Amino acid sequence: MNPDLQLRWMATGVLALLAVSSVTGRLLVRLRGNNPTLRNLNARVRAWWVMVAVFGGAVWMGPVATNVLFTLISFLALREFITLTPTRRGDHRALFWVFFVITPLNYWVLGTGWYAFWIIFIPVYAFLFLAMRAALAGDCERFLERTAKVQWGLMICVYCVSHAPALLQLDIRGYAGQNAKLLFWFVLVVQLSDVLQYVWGKTLGRHPVAPTVSPNKTAEGLVGGMLSASAIGALLWRVTPFRPMEAAAMAFTITAMGFAGGLVASAIKRDRGVKDYGSLIEGHGGVMDRIDSLCFSAPIFFHLVRYYHTD
Amino acid sequence: MRLLTGATAVWSGCEPSVRPRIYFANHTSNLDAVVIWASLPVDVRILTRPVAARDYWTVGPVRRYLANRVFHAVLIERKKPTAHDNPLEQMVDALGTVHSLILFPEGTRNPGPEPGPFKGGLFHLARRRPDVELIPVYLENMNRILPKGELLAVPLLGRVRFGAPMALAEGETKDDFLGRCRGAVMALQEGAKA
Repeated sequence: MNPDLQLRWMATGVLALLAVSSVTGRLLVRLRGNNPTLRNLNARVRAWWVMVAVFGGAVWMGPVATNVLFTLISFLALREFITLTPTRRGDHRALFWVFFVITPLNYWVLGTGWYAFWIIFIPVYAFLFLAMRAALAGDCERFLERTAKVQWGLMICVYCVSHAPALLQLDIRGYAGQNAKLLFWFVLVVQLSDVLQYVWGKTLGRHPVAPTVSPNKTAEGLVGGMLSASAIGALLWRVTPFRPMEAAAMAFTITAMGFAGGLVASAIKRDRGVKDYGSLIEGHGGVMDRIDSLCFSAPIFFHLVRYYHTD
Repeated sequence: MRLLTGATAVWSGCEPSVRPRIYFANHTSNLDAVVIWASLPVDVRILTRPVAARDYWTVGPVRRYLANRVFHAVLIERKKPTAHDNPLEQMVDALGTVHSLILFPEGTRNPGPEPGPFKGGLFHLARRRPDVELIPVYLENMNRILPKGELLAVPLLGRVRFGAPMALAEGETKDDFLGRCRGAVMALQEGAKA
């Protein structure tokens, strides 16, 4: 099959899935009457249409557009993260650097293909710089805590997220010019895993996995979601550079990391006493609520592909 | 503006209305008046003028331009009011019959987590114009977006909470009334946390 055709088939499949979800949502409302769960479900599906259109459009337009989209995603996620984090007056200048210099620079360096610098820019240079900048501001109260929180936000919302568009930069053996498909496959598996965990959890969920962190995450949802998303990822092995079993293992790793990301994000939210990071995406909460699983799975997936499939 | 501060308006005690009102809020940032202003629907916004300090907003052409041309601010003398140059008269004039005002009763930006003591102007205004609704407003996170003394803003998410209308009660003293107003703003802050 022609590689571009494969991408088109995947996009068509996603759109068909959305269409089915929209119709099912309407039918459920008609059958059972509207209730808050269904309202939220339908709002989620509506938001998915927009997210798929934005992401699909960016991937279709090419690596630069994809990079710009992920820059924007990082920016919005970071904004939600820092808003939740109590910073003090002394952090103001450091935060300015984080938003307007370090974040764009991270993606710019990534776009130029300078891997060696991109991979250490935030963990080494930005890490040390932020601590120094905050110290120069002269406010020592809760210094370690404040600095660590800003650094954490940068690592999660910017550095980790940027590993997804970084997939486009890899020279994968026997896969030249097809990286966009891999990115699409990766995002599809991550998000499907979230959706399927939600679906399995809502229908069969009985036993909470981590009741103190997130009462909505159930063992049934977790196992069902991870296995079904992995199965779909494996079935789509032809679009990836992987063999079938390998695609299954990769998809399983992605879903497991995604679960970990969601769990950590829930722990942070619970600590800060909020339910969602924001309200930008109807039905889902904030941007950070939607990409929490991607934050954790992108770096691991990136390095697995890089280790096993590039020279 | 909304984009920069990501400010969401929460109307928790009243609905937007074009009737004359005085919005009074905690003051932590130069963005405050703009954000309240931007949170109002357009038809309300064009009738609403912020009250600002003349000594601050007439320094330099940029501030003068912003105050006069962009926000149509009511510039009042806060250092030494005289009978001739009386802020109260100016504010009453500015209210007229259709306009609303945005007022920061602390009189200056306060970097602390709680609003400072309120100045008397709000009380005198309430006594002069008992027909005007007094709306407490709590601004969240503005001092983190643009603190006093900084030029560059950081794009965090802010929130503007509008509370229930208040009025001066029969025989209420100035201190009681101002305390009650300050309490209403702080109650919105508590509500924001819950």
